[in-house]
Amino acid sequence: MPKLIINGHEIEVAAGASVLQACEQMGIEVPHFCYHDKLSVPASCRMCLVEVEKTPKPVASCGLPAADGMVVHTDSPMVLKARRGVMELLLINHPLDCPICDQGGECDLQDQAVAYGSDHSRYAEAKRAVADKELGPIVKTVMTRCIHCTRCVRFADEIAGTPELGGVFRGEHLEIGNFGGGPLTSELSGNLVDVCPVGALTSKPYAFRARPWELQKTESVDVMDAVGCNIRIDTRGNEVMRILPRLNDDINEAWINDKTRHACDGLKLQRLDQPYMRVDGKLRPASWPEAFAAIAARLKTASAERVAALAGDLVDCESMFALKQLMLALEVPHLDCRQDGATYDMTARAGYIFNSGIAGIEQADAILLIGTNPRHEGTLVNARIRKRWLRGGLRVASIGAAADLTYPHRRIGGSPSAIRDLINGRDAFAKTLLAAKNPMVIVGAGALARPDGAALQALARELAEKFNMVRPDWNGFNVLQRAASRVGGLDIGFVPQAYGLGTRGILEAASSGKMEVVYLLGADEIDMDRLGNAFVIYQGHHGDKGAHRADVILPGAAYTEKDGIYVNTEGRPQLAKQATFPPGEAREDWKIIRALSETVGKTLPYDTLTQLRARLIEACPVIGAMGRLTKAEWKPFGHAGQVAVQPFEPVIANFYMTDPISRVSPTMAKCVTEIQRRDVPEAAE
Amino acid sequence: MLDDKDRIFTNLYGTASWGLMGARTRGVWDNTAALIQKGQPWVVEETKNSGLRGRGGAGFPTGMKWSFMPKPSDKPHYLIVNADESEPGTCKDREILRYDPHRLLEGILLACFAINAHTCYIYIRGEFYNEASNVQRAIDEAYAAGLLGKNAAGSGWDCDVYLHRGAGAYICGEETALMESIEGNKGQPRNKPPFPAGAGLYSCPTTINNVETIAVVPEILRRGAAWFAGLGRPKNSGTKIFSISGHVNQPCNVEEVMGVPLKELIEKHAGGVRGGWDNLLAVIPGGSSVPLLPKDICDTVLMDFDSLRAVQSGLGTAAVIVMDKSTDIVEAIARLSHFYMHESCGQCTPCREGTGWMYRMMQRMVKGQAKVEEIDQLLEVTKQIEGHTICALGDAAAWPVQGLIRHFKPVMIERIERYRRQAGVG
Repeated sequence: MPKLIINGHEIEVAAGASVLQACEQMGIEVPHFCYHDKLSVPASCRMCLVEVEKTPKPVASCGLPAADGMVVHTDSPMVLKARRGVMELLLINHPLDCPICDQGGECDLQDQAVAYGSDHSRYAEAKRAVADKELGPIVKTVMTRCIHCTRCVRFADEIAGTPELGGVFRGEHLEIGNFGGGPLTSELSGNLVDVCPVGALTSKPYAFRARPWELQKTESVDVMDAVGCNIRIDTRGNEVMRILPRLNDDINEAWINDKTRHACDGLKLQRLDQPYMRVDGKLRPASWPEAFAAIAARLKTASAERVAALAGDLVDCESMFALKQLMLALEVPHLDCRQDGATYDMTARAGYIFNSGIAGIEQADAILLIGTNPRHEGTLVNARIRKRWLRGGLRVASIGAAADLTYPHRRIGGSPSAIRDLINGRDAFAKTLLAAKNPMVIVGAGALARPDGAALQALARELAEKFNMVRPDWNGFNVLQRAASRVGGLDIGFVPQAYGLGTRGILEAASSGKMEVVYLLGADEIDMDRLGNAFVIYQGHHGDKGAHRADVILPGAAYTEKDGIYVNTEGRPQLAKQATFPPGEAREDWKIIRALSETVGKTLPYDTLTQLRARLIEACPVIGAMGRLTKAEWKPFGHAGQVAVQPFEPVIANFYMTDPISRVSPTMAKCVTEIQRRDVPEAAE
Repeated sequence: MLDDKDRIFTNLYGTASWGLMGARTRGVWDNTAALIQKGQPWVVEETKNSGLRGRGGAGFPTGMKWSFMPKPSDKPHYLIVNADESEPGTCKDREILRYDPHRLLEGILLACFAINAHTCYIYIRGEFYNEASNVQRAIDEAYAAGLLGKNAAGSGWDCDVYLHRGAGAYICGEETALMESIEGNKGQPRNKPPFPAGAGLYSCPTTINNVETIAVVPEILRRGAAWFAGLGRPKNSGTKIFSISGHVNQPCNVEEVMGVPLKELIEKHAGGVRGGWDNLLAVIPGGSSVPLLPKDICDTVLMDFDSLRAVQSGLGTAAVIVMDKSTDIVEAIARLSHFYMHESCGQCTPCREGTGWMYRMMQRMVKGQAKVEEIDQLLEVTKQIEGHTICALGDAAAWPVQGLIRHFKPVMIERIERYRRQAGVG
């Protein structure tokens, strides 16, 4: 632990820390552009120069390891002169078009020019102009503003694993761009906008829409996948203008994927803003009391065995808990929160969560992926695997559909039989797993949704135990869930009650006319044709598949419009916060259920969200550990049985459209047409 | 003046054969194994005692550089010979590569032994096609004769040599950019620390030396450190190849003793300044990167590291560029500014932006299309670049302009005033 003196004060820093980090630890701000916490250090912008005694020249503090006895000055005349000089040189070819630049107000160059810039320019020559680059639907470029910090290049190389950006030409002609042209293919490309310290890379969908000082900032949680990325929702009035990542080193570090960031423009389209009822085969606007009365009337005539409830992928824990309590009060046994039809065993929590935690990936030295493409099913989980791989010493193998995961991995098979082969030591990767200190298996939720899911789950558990993945200090058995609501729903027990049916059973019964009422709480991913003649209640926020089939529509709130608890794939409960209000007559979901419960005569015993949460946490204490991981007890789970021979199929056909919000998002639609379909040749005439 | 007996590069002019047979007649590869058998500490110590300073421009003591190499570990050590000789005015390494490649190869074996390396890369300038061809043939000859490879020259030391041709970028002569280039990356210098001795080529301990530095090592070890240290002046010992070009009657390469007076060098070896010594305007004494010297300093200055530093210039690569009074000195320096602008890698801010700014101001200075205050502004810009960059190219770009302003400011002012008179301004 080196001790050094900075501006006359001694400080002890962690071994390997740079002088810049030591300064920041002391609260001394060191201006910088190229340095980024999560990227490699080129020390090329030269803005972070400091004076180190016994060194004749100023030194770039970002690339200088702190050493014992070093004496550093960050405010000496030499340092100020050097920084002013660098700032002037950065600005001579910068267009200084801040009034029409989207970065204005949150620009590192602007901020630091206030501290180190001059009030006038001495540069009398012609300025450089650079041709803009086409980077696709997410990133807009104004390359004349580029200061060549190469953060974007390093992000694409290191974090995204899609080395499409680079510097061409040299000297003052150096240009940052993509080699082949065409859109960036990374699901993380929106982060380039965040890492760019100037206005060279800005957000295309957000272009010219708002200034940062007009925005209300709400810290919340993403629901587009089960990773639970921490986000900041920026709103103006009642409109979500943009979504940005929030630093959380345990989950998403400083990044989010493009769907998380840009699907938010779907929040304004195709919204359910008032209740509807089907009259004479057509949906007609209705009032809340009318809608409730219609539901109450149907529930009264239907016997409890002929009623079912399904919860969707974006539903918060409170709503599921309230609906479960209402259904239990009505003695309805047919509940399921797994609309994908999964039937795996959820008696042991360790059997359905990501036990080692996302940050735990960094301790792993051998990873086996089963039936999952983490790049699509949990982009930030994949980014963490890549980060671990970059450090060296990680071996990855995959059983499932072939995919580009951005890091090398060996595909050892496509169907479940490869798991058995591995357990029997018939593949070389068995040796790797045996020799590994912290071996890990990641099972995709899509694999577990197969009809043989419970047997697969048991097989994966057998594998984990065989390769010593579960120890008191390490649990390498992981399920990568896909839906933000899933772990919460399983924790709450929104699952078939005694003798109740699961999703498959409910659909089976409905299509053969044995189910009279089906309550869809934001469930859109089921086959609506199989609901038969059932009376369908759809509670949700978008006019998607569920609403089209519904007989009564109860307009609910999207994730940005309500306070809610979501439990991510690690089993970590997190609080999503309300940033805007639901549109029109739409209401927060738990309130709708509470109001309905009164109409059907089974009033739920809470009037506020606080009371509801108290009940929820009482019933399910693990959800009370807000933001924390609770270690799940390891006990037998899964049902021994025959696994099918069919190979694993990719579970996400279209990464950019997986839920009602992203399906209506114009930006996601552009991503589909410009990125995914760019390689598809036009159909021949 | 250097005695013939003290000359190291006895085939500097290619009068004799450059092949192995020819080299052996000049004493190259003469019982190299015996030198190696004296042990590693002896080789390093002897090099240190000889006072040999790097011949690539910076003048860092070679023995000391070698001693920075860490103890042997599981990582391989590398020697790199920098043969990317691109400094304008410099053509000394070219002659060694062409006419005496075996002297270099013998030096490589000894240097590899000194730093625990079994692998050496020679990074040769892409334009040196014939030179690369000669060196490769010399390497092949040496392998065939058992002088390289396993148990090289019967010394018990394994030494493999690879020739790597560059693609024409000046910056790839910078040691860390050169390593990037060998690794297959874009030739951009690395930030230091870490220094090459700690993490160089492929992040392994690496020593990188100039061709001339390595080529003089065998003679030093054979004749003894005291012989080499006895030539020249204290801390500036030995012999040096000077490349004399420009307005002289006979441009040439010549091996001379360090500390030879500049005037003697030009008059004795290069046939004097065109039109006589009094027709001299200025001399750039060490390749395009170092500040120029006006005639009054050239009258007396000695050609070694410390003497030239004392007059705010440098020995650099000892490429003496002579300019007589017919030279437009402002335009000459503006041309150098263009060179550095063109060759800047563009990685770090001061060099990327500053070299272009300097060049554009210099272009205006050539015509006098400027304000007198802008001379001071230009000087300030050079100071904003100097010492703030990742590598020395920033310094190299700034120094010629600084030298111009230091010694020829009146010429610049006069030109500005003349332009303003003609243009009818102020």
